[in-house]
Formats: sequence, structure tokens, C-alpha cells
Amino acid sequence: MPSSASEPYDLTVIGAGAAGLAGAGAAARLGLSVALLDASGQPGGQYFRHPAPALGARRPQALHHDWSAFTHLRRGLASGGIDHRTFHHVWTVTRDSDGLWSAHALTGADGDGDRPARVRARAILLATGAYERQLPFPGWTLPGVVGAGGAQAMLKSGLVLPGKRIVVAGSGPLLLAVASSLAGAGADVPVVVEASGYLGYARHPRALATNPHKLLEAAVHGSALLRHRVSLRTRSAVTEAHGTDRVEAVTVSRIDRHWRPVPGTDRRIACDALAVGHGLIPQTELVTGLGCATRRTPDGTQALSLDDFQETSVAGLWAAGETGGTGGWQLARTEGELAGIAVAARLRGEPTLTGSARVRKLRRRRDRMRAFADAMAAAHSPGPGWSDWLTDDTDVCRCEEVTAGRIHEAVTCFGAHDARTVKLLTRAGMGWCQGRMCATAVACLAASGTAEGTVPPSAERRPLAVPVPLGVLGALEEPPSTAESAD
Amino acid sequence: MIGAACAYYAARSGLSVTVIDRGPVAGGTTGAGEGNLLVSDKEPGPELDLALLSTRLWRELSERLPAGIEFEAKGGLVVASGDPGMNALRDFAAAQTKAGVQADEVPAPLLRDLEPHLSPALTGGFHYPQDAQVQPALAAAHLLRASGARIRTGEEVTAVLTGAGGEVRGVRTPAGDLHAPYVVNAAGTWGGELARLAGAFLPVMPRRGFVLVTEPLPRVVRHKVYAADYVADVASGSAALQTSAVVEGTPAGPVLIGASRERVGFDRTLSVEVLRRLADGATALFPMLAKVRAIRTYTGFRPYLPDHLPAIGADPGVPGLLHACGHEGAGIGLAPATGLLVARLLTGDEPPLDVRPFLPGRFAPAA
Repeated sequence: MPSSASEPYDLTVIGAGAAGLAGAGAAARLGLSVALLDASGQPGGQYFRHPAPALGARRPQALHHDWSAFTHLRRGLASGGIDHRTFHHVWTVTRDSDGLWSAHALTGADGDGDRPARVRARAILLATGAYERQLPFPGWTLPGVVGAGGAQAMLKSGLVLPGKRIVVAGSGPLLLAVASSLAGAGADVPVVVEASGYLGYARHPRALATNPHKLLEAAVHGSALLRHRVSLRTRSAVTEAHGTDRVEAVTVSRIDRHWRPVPGTDRRIACDALAVGHGLIPQTELVTGLGCATRRTPDGTQALSLDDFQETSVAGLWAAGETGGTGGWQLARTEGELAGIAVAARLRGEPTLTGSARVRKLRRRRDRMRAFADAMAAAHSPGPGWSDWLTDDTDVCRCEEVTAGRIHEAVTCFGAHDARTVKLLTRAGMGWCQGRMCATAVACLAASGTAEGTVPPSAERRPLAVPVPLGVLGALEEPPSTAESAD
Repeated sequence: MIGAACAYYAARSGLSVTVIDRGPVAGGTTGAGEGNLLVSDKEPGPELDLALLSTRLWRELSERLPAGIEFEAKGGLVVASGDPGMNALRDFAAAQTKAGVQADEVPAPLLRDLEPHLSPALTGGFHYPQDAQVQPALAAAHLLRASGARIRTGEEVTAVLTGAGGEVRGVRTPAGDLHAPYVVNAAGTWGGELARLAGAFLPVMPRRGFVLVTEPLPRVVRHKVYAADYVADVASGSAALQTSAVVEGTPAGPVLIGASRERVGFDRTLSVEVLRRLADGATALFPMLAKVRAIRTYTGFRPYLPDHLPAIGADPGVPGLLHACGHEGAGIGLAPATGLLVARLLTGDEPPLDVRPFLPGRFAPAA
């Protein structure tokens, strides 16, 4: 731990999910001083999200099959060397003139704390996870339509359900887990609507065979779904949500392998909630502005390009977990530990640390799980035909109320063939969420006029990762030669 | 924007025009600006003459182009905090008035009639009713479309073709050669590179600026409001960071906050210090903004020429090559007059104003 406020940490870890906890723990065990910053009040991230103590939940582990892994990770926080700073909303990371990194954060539960923080360190480990990918459809702005991951988060943190009869739809392995949690918590889940077939997995037999825990997971969810009489409808999509004040029903259509709805296959299913998501998007904006290279994942998102020891293309910046591509909590934990060791090896000038048997094992495990994650991503990659279920008046950007028709006009009449130009000409993506909800859709629609025509990469460039009050910005300390943390 | 304006006025003069851009429409500095159409920040001289002509042309264009360009004749309000600043402003406005600018002094008690949320600590200001604003990317896109010119975006000029006598014959792109007796260099901040391709010299350099964008608000800022030191910063040639508060509302709701100037090459890295100064300046003018959140920021590179005047007109060494770039932070505002000037030069008609101060030949090639 730094001896004074002005002394930098060895490592700042951003995000206290599986990757961040594992990374912070590994680095601290090797003697580094670590600041672990997280926006939430308790560790766990998205996967190990659990009710706040004030809710008085007696069995927070009820929704988690892997609770013991989490308690093990959490124990690392208590063993010294880690300064866990809760309610820190990092809005930017900068490199200072002395070569140290500064993480600038708002504080307080909602970022409304009195004093912002500036946490300095010799290295950064980005473990900010991912957020859910959404594709618009008519009616998706109705109350009762929620993100699939969002529905699970609500359940995990507040023990509340978004409705009584919930259709789960979209694409990706998360859907089965969500359906099984919702059904287990008492919701009626009539159907899980999955856009891809699971046959895609069969194209990667090796990745499957070497990841038996994934099969086990699927079996656990599968049997839960059977028990709750949840049917699974593959190669199908929710192409419209109906209702006036709230969703009352959805239309489910068969889709072809390009995700084009097949005429004459529509079926209406009554429900009072729809949990929908199309996989996860790596949350990398804190470092892409610093020049970190990205790679296009098989399901069309942009993830950070990482070397064998989890370092980004910018020296001193490491990343672990979903920021390098969606792969689940076990991969995140493995990568986090690997990164923590690699940072310690670099900062302590002991390269032999990365040659240990443990590191070799972590690397093998990481490679194996990455291969599986990539196979899974390929199987759930959105096909270009999804835009066929949009109507001209479907809102694509909800914040700025930009319809598909207006985006189409920008593409055809003004030659906007990329997301940035569409944004400049229509305001799509300029609003409160800064394109987190619509960037994928906008990029697809912009590319529809080009040769590429498929889901193009969305550039994660958001210089302000969270909104910052001007009063806070204006009152930041002037850049000091002897910089110090603001708290 | 400049290219779109050149295309518009040239096509209206009966010329056949093709617009080539390596990026999309408004992909360079146009898409990174605020869309200022200002006379208030210009001292009497050739640039002010160009701005006054542009002001008239923009009003014409606003009637011809769709409302989507978000033209707003909102007026500018320049404020001073302290008597020395107010006196300097008074002298500046007096000289501008002689040159045809409308500038009305606003004593402190009346400032808040124009802008109810302004800080009570200000000494006074000047109101410039001719100042206006457009949404620059939309304005460029609509102007380009209205020009009827052929548009080839996403195509980079890799060579300027020349004939036996050194005169331009067209340009080369990866899609092939395009022949034309005239080539107009409207490459903005990258105009120096294009000039070099043609064997010409133009010392255009990038001058970086950041804009902070707030969450959408009801109309709390009505004019373009800026502190008097902005004028001095615009006129300065210093490479060091300068910031002055420039605050304005937009039809879409967000308040835009500028303006910073620094010469750091094409570095896009976020500068917390610039954002700190912008936020500090804006909240000093409008204390109520302290609680308002910035949701994004963007950066752009103004095309800077050493004497702060754009280069408009024939290249001295390469016949058939015309330049129309280097407008620094005033390119949106000065675009129509520049386009008209270029069109007149191409057709050989009488230019609407004296072109000599803008001629690119004023920059001696580096030894």
C-alpha cells in the first residue's frame, strides 16, 4: 500500500469482477500495491452480482452455482495489499508526463460524491467486462422489454423479476442461463427463442471436447429448463413486440441462416415481459482512446488485442476477461491471474515469474477456453438479415429517437457508409447512452450499402466513459508535478 | 464544408464538378466543429470582409437548403469580466462597426435579459446579431447534394496529373484517373499534403481543439456566448495551449463548450487539462452549468496557416491548381464566400471581393 496519498500504486485494477479480483489478488500476493476500483459497492462484477447486505438476503448464493469460487476470490481482498475502492466510476484513464497512469473517477453510489478521485499507478489492468448487445425490432422500446443480462442482474441484485410470464430471446449462451434463473425464481418462461442453431458448435468439436465444464454448464441449464417446461425454439427470433402501455405479446418468426424472417412462420406468444440480448460487447472505451489495438471477434464485436501475457499493444496496460472477447467468468478469472503475475514480473523486474508451472497451466487453460469462446461466438454471430424485421418507423437510437427510416435516408441520399457519418447526420448514438444500445445496429445499417454488408466492427471510442458534471471537471486539480490522489 | 461550397457555386456557374474525398462527407474538420458563422471575433480586414459576404450568402442558403441544416440566426454575445476587458471590447466593436458589423453594447444589468443564466459577476458585453450557427455536417451534406456534383467519397487522391507544361490535367485515385483542367485543393487541414502531391507548397498545420458536449437541456443558453479573451486567442499564433470559454445551446438540446487551441500535430489523445479548463470557463460564465453533466467530448484539427488567413486562389507555380483551405476555426462560416470566390476565379468572372490578401503565393516555399 502506498505510504502516502501522493505515492502511486504499483497497479490499478479497474473492475472487481472475476478478472479484476483474480488479477488484484495475484499481483498483491507477489508484493505489489494494488488499487482495485469498481463502480459498485461490493465486489463480484456482473456474474457474481448479489444483493446488497441491506436487502437482508439470507442465501445470496442461491442464484449461483459457483459461489465457492467467488468466496475464494473475495478472500484475496482481505489478505492485504489491495485497496478496494468501491463506488469509483472511472471516466477516463490518462498517461501522465512522468509515465504513470491516472485513473480519474467519480465517487459515490451514483457518481454524485463530493470529491472525484485520481488514482495513480505504474500499471493498469482493465477488467471492465462487457455490456449487452441489442438489435432493435418494432416494439422494443415498450415497457416490459428488458435486456436478458439486465433481467438476470435485476434478479441477482434485487431478487426481482421483470414480469410473470417472460419470453427470453436473442442469441448467445447467456439466454439459457437467464431462462433457467428466471424460471428458477418462479417466473413462467414459455419459450427461449434463439436465433442461431446450436449446430454451429459441432463445427468446433475440438473446442468442445477440451472444455467439458462448458458441456456440464449447458447440461445444468438444460435440465433446469426441462424441469420448468421451458421450450427452446432455435433459428427463430422475436421480430415484433406488441402492446400499448406495456408488452402484451411478441411475434416469433422462423429465420433463415442469414437471419432473414421466413414469411408465413409468424407466431404470436402472449407474455408480460421480454428479456432479449444478442451476446456481449467488450467494454474497452477506457483504453481504446489510448491507442490499444483491437481485434474483430467471430461474432463481430471489437475486443482488445492481447499478447500471450494479457498485455495490450500499449506497454503498461493489461486487460483480462471480457475486454479481450466474451468468454465467461472462468476464462476471466484465469486471465486475471495471468495478468496479475505478468504485471508483477514486469514491475519487479523478475521475468522468471512468468515461467512458472502455474503460469504455464494458466496459459494452457486460457488458450483452451478462448478457443471455445471463439467457437461459440462464431455460432451466435448475427446474420445480416436481421434488419429485414425493422420498419421505417422503428426507433434505432432510443436516446435521440432516430428511426431506421432516417438512417436509411442518410445512407442512401447522403452516402453515409460508416457509423460515425450516420451519427453526424442523424444524431444516432449521440445521446445519453453514447451508442451503447444502438451502435451495432447503426453500424450494420450503414454498412448495408457497402460490399461488406455484414455486421461491421463498432468503434468503441467514448472519451468520457461516464457522464461527468462540469463542476467536477472544472474543479479538478491542475496537473501537478507532484500529483496526488484527490481523496 | 469548403469543398462542398466550392462544388455548389462552381456547379451553379455551369461547370462540371466532381468531388473526391478519401473519407466520408464531413469526415474531417467539418464534422468536428460547432458550426460557427461569426463576424464578432474578426477584426477589420480581409477575413472580416470574407465573413460579412459569407453571412449574407449563408442567409440565402438557409432559404434554399432544407431546414435540416439547423441554421439559426441566434446572434453572438461577447462578455467581459472587468473594466479593462470591457474597454478593450468597446474599442474592438467600434472598429468593427466602421467595417459594417452590427455590434450593440449591453450593460451589465441588461445582460441577463439576453441570457438569464449568465453569471451576475460580469461587467458587460456586446451583442452581435449577425452571428449565426449551422449543424456543420448536415450543412455540408445538404450543400453537396444540392450542388448536383458527382460525389466520390472513400477515394483517396494519390497523384495530381500534370501535362508537359506543368499544368494540372486531373487527379489519380485507386479507382483510376480523372481528367479535369482545374483541381481545387479543399483538403482542409490536410491541404498541405495535397499541395505537395501537386508539387506545390502550402504550410497548413493542425491546431487542435476540444469541444465538450453536455446532456440535453431545455434552451438555457440562447446565443453563442463567449468571453472576450477568445478574440485574442484566435488571433494568437502560439503553439501552447490556450482556452477561452465559448458556450452555446443547440436545437437538439446539448450545450456545446469550447474552445481550446494548441499545436500538437494530429494527436487525438484526450487531455484532461483541456477539459478542466473548458469546464471551468463555462461554469464561470454560467454557474448553473456546474451541476450539468458532460456526456461526451470530441476533438478536431483546425487548418492553421501562419498568418491566420485562408489560402484562396491560384497556386503560383502549378497552372490549373487552386487552393481553398486553411480557414482555421472559421471554415464553416467562411465557406460560401470562399466557394463563390473560387467559382468566379474558375469562370474568369469578377470576384465578389479583393482576392489578393488570400492568394496562396504569399507563402514563400521553405528553403
